[in-house]
Amino acid sequence: MSVTGASESLLALSQQEQPVDLPRDYPLSASEDDEDSNGERKHRKLLEAISSLDGKNRWKLAERSEANQSVSEFNISSEGIREKLALSDLFQPIKMSSSLVTVKKQLKRVKAKKTVALPLNKEEVARIHREIRTPLEQEILNILHKYKQPVTDPLLTPVEKASLQAMSLEEAKMRRAELQRARALQSYYEAQARRQKKIKSKKYHRVVKKGKAKKALKDLETLRKVSPTAAASEELEKMEKARMMERMCLKHQNNGKGTKSKSFRAKYDLKSRQAMQEQLAKNRELTQKLQVASESDDEAGGVEEDGLMVPDVSAVLMDTKGSNPWMCRSCTCHSRESEIQKDPELPPEHVTLKDSESEEEESPVAEENTLLKEFEERQSLRKRPEPSTYAEPMVCQETQAFSSQEVLSELKALSRQLSKEDRQSRKQKVNSIEVALRSQEEEKPLLLQRPERIQTLEKLSKEGCSPNMEIPRPVLQGQQRERNPDNQPEAPKKKRKEQTIDLQNLLTTKSPFGKSLAVPTLEELEGEEERNQKQMIKEAFAGDDVIRDFLKEKRESVEASKPKGVELTLPGWGEWGGGGLQPSAKNRRRFLMNAPEGPPREDKHLPNVIISEKRNIHAAAHQVHVLPYPFSHHQQLERTIQVPVGCTWNTQRAFQKLTTPKVVTKPGHVIEPIKAEDVGYLSSPRSDLSVMQRIPKGLSVWHRKQLKDNSAG
Amino acid sequence: METAPKPGGDAPPKKNKLRAKRKKPRERRNPEPQRTLSGAQDPFPGPAPAPVEAARKFRRIDKSKKLLHSKSKARSRLEAAEAEEEEASLRAARSELLLAEEPGFLEGEDGEDTAKIRQTDIVEAVDIASAAKHFDLNLRQFGPYRLNYSRTGRHLALGGRRGHVAALDWVTKKLMCEINVMEAVRDIRFLHSEALLAVAQNRWLHIYDNQGIELHCIRRCDRITQLEFLPFHFLLATASETGFLTYLDVSVGKIVTALNARAGRLDVMTQNPYNAIIHLGHSNGTVSLWSPAMKEPLAKILCHRGGVRAMAVDSTGTYMATSGLDHQLKIFDLRGTFQPLSSRTLPQGAGHLAFSQRGLLAAGMGDVVNIWSGQGKGSPPSLEKPYLTHRLSGHVHGLQFCPFEDVLGVGHNGGITSMLVPGAAEPNFDGLENNPYRSRKQRQEWEVKALLEKVPAELICLDPRALAEVDVITLEQEKKERIERLGYDPEAKAPFHPKPKQKGRSSTASLVKRKRKVMDEEHRDKVRQSLKQKQQQKEDGKKPKPTGTRSSALDRFMH
Repeated sequence: MSVTGASESLLALSQQEQPVDLPRDYPLSASEDDEDSNGERKHRKLLEAISSLDGKNRWKLAERSEANQSVSEFNISSEGIREKLALSDLFQPIKMSSSLVTVKKQLKRVKAKKTVALPLNKEEVARIHREIRTPLEQEILNILHKYKQPVTDPLLTPVEKASLQAMSLEEAKMRRAELQRARALQSYYEAQARRQKKIKSKKYHRVVKKGKAKKALKDLETLRKVSPTAAASEELEKMEKARMMERMCLKHQNNGKGTKSKSFRAKYDLKSRQAMQEQLAKNRELTQKLQVASESDDEAGGVEEDGLMVPDVSAVLMDTKGSNPWMCRSCTCHSRESEIQKDPELPPEHVTLKDSESEEEESPVAEENTLLKEFEERQSLRKRPEPSTYAEPMVCQETQAFSSQEVLSELKALSRQLSKEDRQSRKQKVNSIEVALRSQEEEKPLLLQRPERIQTLEKLSKEGCSPNMEIPRPVLQGQQRERNPDNQPEAPKKKRKEQTIDLQNLLTTKSPFGKSLAVPTLEELEGEEERNQKQMIKEAFAGDDVIRDFLKEKRESVEASKPKGVELTLPGWGEWGGGGLQPSAKNRRRFLMNAPEGPPREDKHLPNVIISEKRNIHAAAHQVHVLPYPFSHHQQLERTIQVPVGCTWNTQRAFQKLTTPKVVTKPGHVIEPIKAEDVGYLSSPRSDLSVMQRIPKGLSVWHRKQLKDNSAG
Repeated sequence: METAPKPGGDAPPKKNKLRAKRKKPRERRNPEPQRTLSGAQDPFPGPAPAPVEAARKFRRIDKSKKLLHSKSKARSRLEAAEAEEEEASLRAARSELLLAEEPGFLEGEDGEDTAKIRQTDIVEAVDIASAAKHFDLNLRQFGPYRLNYSRTGRHLALGGRRGHVAALDWVTKKLMCEINVMEAVRDIRFLHSEALLAVAQNRWLHIYDNQGIELHCIRRCDRITQLEFLPFHFLLATASETGFLTYLDVSVGKIVTALNARAGRLDVMTQNPYNAIIHLGHSNGTVSLWSPAMKEPLAKILCHRGGVRAMAVDSTGTYMATSGLDHQLKIFDLRGTFQPLSSRTLPQGAGHLAFSQRGLLAAGMGDVVNIWSGQGKGSPPSLEKPYLTHRLSGHVHGLQFCPFEDVLGVGHNGGITSMLVPGAAEPNFDGLENNPYRSRKQRQEWEVKALLEKVPAELICLDPRALAEVDVITLEQEKKERIERLGYDPEAKAPFHPKPKQKGRSSTASLVKRKRKVMDEEHRDKVRQSLKQKQQQKEDGKKPKPTGTRSSALDRFMH
């Protein structure tokens, strides 16, 4: 161990020396003695290193070199001892021992003599400078010469020499530093990845995954913009790779522990059965082989008359379209063609007519050529064994492999969704095409109908290919409603989509033009015509602003009426204090108490209305705000006060009845205080009311009867 | 052609229809027919059948809201209230029998367009009294005229742009006053009775009496363009050029509020007779609804792409007609949704709109007046075909249907035209409320009563029925405060204390057991309720998903 340590230190020394060599054109004259002393020091250090080779670290005491009266630690300086004076020098006798001197002299002499190079043995010389005798040797030599291999001095080939010369020291250092940095970065990245992998939060991973998927999508999008073919090929590659992975790992096959238990449960549980089926479907989908062009050739085979490979292209595109959302947009026109081909109702002559026309519109030949090229490229890419990504550096590839795995699943899900939508829209389209065609065939002769039909078809295809776009289509909707009752439930969905569109429709509804019998006469017709025109123009252009302003106003009022949250942030809490203090966004978010969301606005679904949410406190002062006794809920009370009592709203009799008092007294009659017998109350003889009990004996029959009646109620 | 105009005002003055003689309720109690001395039998034995269907419109209790289970006492109160309502509504329905007059109508002979029938034809066909109601006043000198009928429909006030102000009993053609105010007149309006007249002049608002004497000059209301009078609140609403909507209480002469509409010059205004809300039309195509109690509009409706030119609200407060610079005429539903029901593009756009009492809509377009009619009272006018059209000698400047008369008054450049519009007005009037034949004494009495029944201005709100609701916010606030004040909730249910029992059954353990039992029972109740709620929610979620069309058996081959 110690040896290696020492050697390391030596190495370090030698490395330290190197930079000294570098400035070669340094002015030497001024610093000769400096260099001298430098050399001395180095020598000393070397000695020290050697002495420490034996493993023990000896303390070297500093020695005093000058004479001084007071021996003190402060006077001693160990700096540059050797240069001036050494203790050994002091102790030495002035005269050297003679024997040593002679030896020294001899040694010096020996050193001064230069050795004469001894000639080599004859044999050896012959071995080196040997003649070439055999043809084999000749050949070997030829080959060696041919490839410029060293023959005599077998140290370096000229190539190696050139390469050595090519790189200067600095370059080499730079390169080394670069490599070091790369290595360090890699190690950092690895550490980071390890750390991130260890994070147990599912949410975090989900977020990371999502971000990666998004990024990949974006990249793909940009790539598609730059070169659609490359994007497509990449897509295909990814799918291929996913298929490979699936076939390798059989993740979605039912051989895992969880799936096995699920399959067991599937006998009884519908949910787990569904889950299993889903998984198997996923597996099937993943392991399904991609359709290659040659397979679909025979499908569309004989229908086309064009000599080109157009049908193949369209068919392939159609195939890929199902799973790949990016390709379906690029091939709108062809998909349209193929749909028309698919349509069994159409006679073939229509198809060809239609085809040629649509091609005329979009300079068909050129586009087909480009498409063909693309297709070929794609095919070649597919066949090539080595994908282009392999050429990239190792580090990058690793990360990509890491991310692409997760991205893929996301992509798949997305594309599946898109394809589903696409399929639906296509179906609808075909239906409506049929309908439109049929209806027109009924009405008009064949030649006349053509231009119109094309227009409608184009509209249809546009709609179909961009399912997310909302295109107002009054004509179509009408047709669909008439002929296709199946499509009706879709209508309300679309209606709800966008506020602005709704509002536009609302304000620009086609209203019947009023034909009144008496058309108002226009006085000063000449002068007014211009004004009218101006006004018309103004009206035409004024509309949009009105709607936008209104929507803006509505948005503002909605914002204003929203309950505001309470901010409980304490500035400076958990942060550095000082002037110009601003609590951080994080803190603010943390201490913001969100107000509970109020009831939905009344005008939530009314785009053209703003209803004020303010409470009319003046009217509220007149409202009932206490709940009297028998009622437990305010609605009960409301029911009893909803009937108006006044004579304005009632007939006279009803009014009288509603307002009759409970007790009616006649004017001029004395109202006697209440007595016990009035209530039918008979009490004990000692009380004041006891009179009653004694009286009955003396009462007449009539009186008794009266009393009885009274007590009965 | 067959015309049968029915001017309702021809009937002799009738006392209150509601004070009619009626069978006594006691009679209803014995169902068997009474024997008379002569032995004759009553052909209609028993009380008159209850007009349940007719009574429905007089029902006031809103039964759409479901009540929680109520205790017996509260329940008995509720039952009593419902019984009262039923009786009152039945009585009101029975008294409809006394509304003898029927509205007039105009029908074309087998498919003849009624719009082609001219005023002269109508005048020829009707009786002399009705024919006298069609007249033209040629007043070419003082410019386009605004006009206003009094609430009884008996008096007419007209104001010419060039200062001509006149008030007359238009049925007898007796002039009450005629003056020239020597200033531009923007609008004219009767106050609560025909004795007072508000005139919006060029600078200020002036009030004259029926002699033409200036009573007030209200300088706080300046540059008024439009006037509206809210009869039950005694409020005169004025819209000014400066963008202010001012409410003037004419009973006390105070300005209640002045609201800034913040929408520039206001020159389109109308009132909703149902809830006394003022509608203002603006140049950005919106209509705003105002109440004096609120500083901001109660609602804003975007109606047109161009500015709003005219508005009218029907007498039930259900429909609003608007016309805009985009030449469209639209009918809006005012019952909460504010959505357009129908619309129509007119060749020149309507500059003036008016609703009649029975829901006819008149629109003045240039020098033509078009009238559309609906299916009857309470239905929106259908804009398909005009009911009547009439061409005038000048451009329309003011439109109003006369109350209780089948007459439409049109003010235009050439004066005033009174048109006959059969079926426009309500044939039966309430003699206590708006009596066209009232004497001076009756008017004075009515005035006092009306003043006593004046509705405070702050009660004006979008839904007047909301005043019969409990102010829940204040109620809860007060409850909360009470709990805070007392430190406990006095209405909270007291915790269960088991009764002490004898013979050793009141041991601590048994007490605890009994308590536990009660607690468990309560808990179970709660769980049951929540389960029920969940189930209901599920059902509610399921319900609004009926498939639009019935699925046929062949559908399975489609997908």
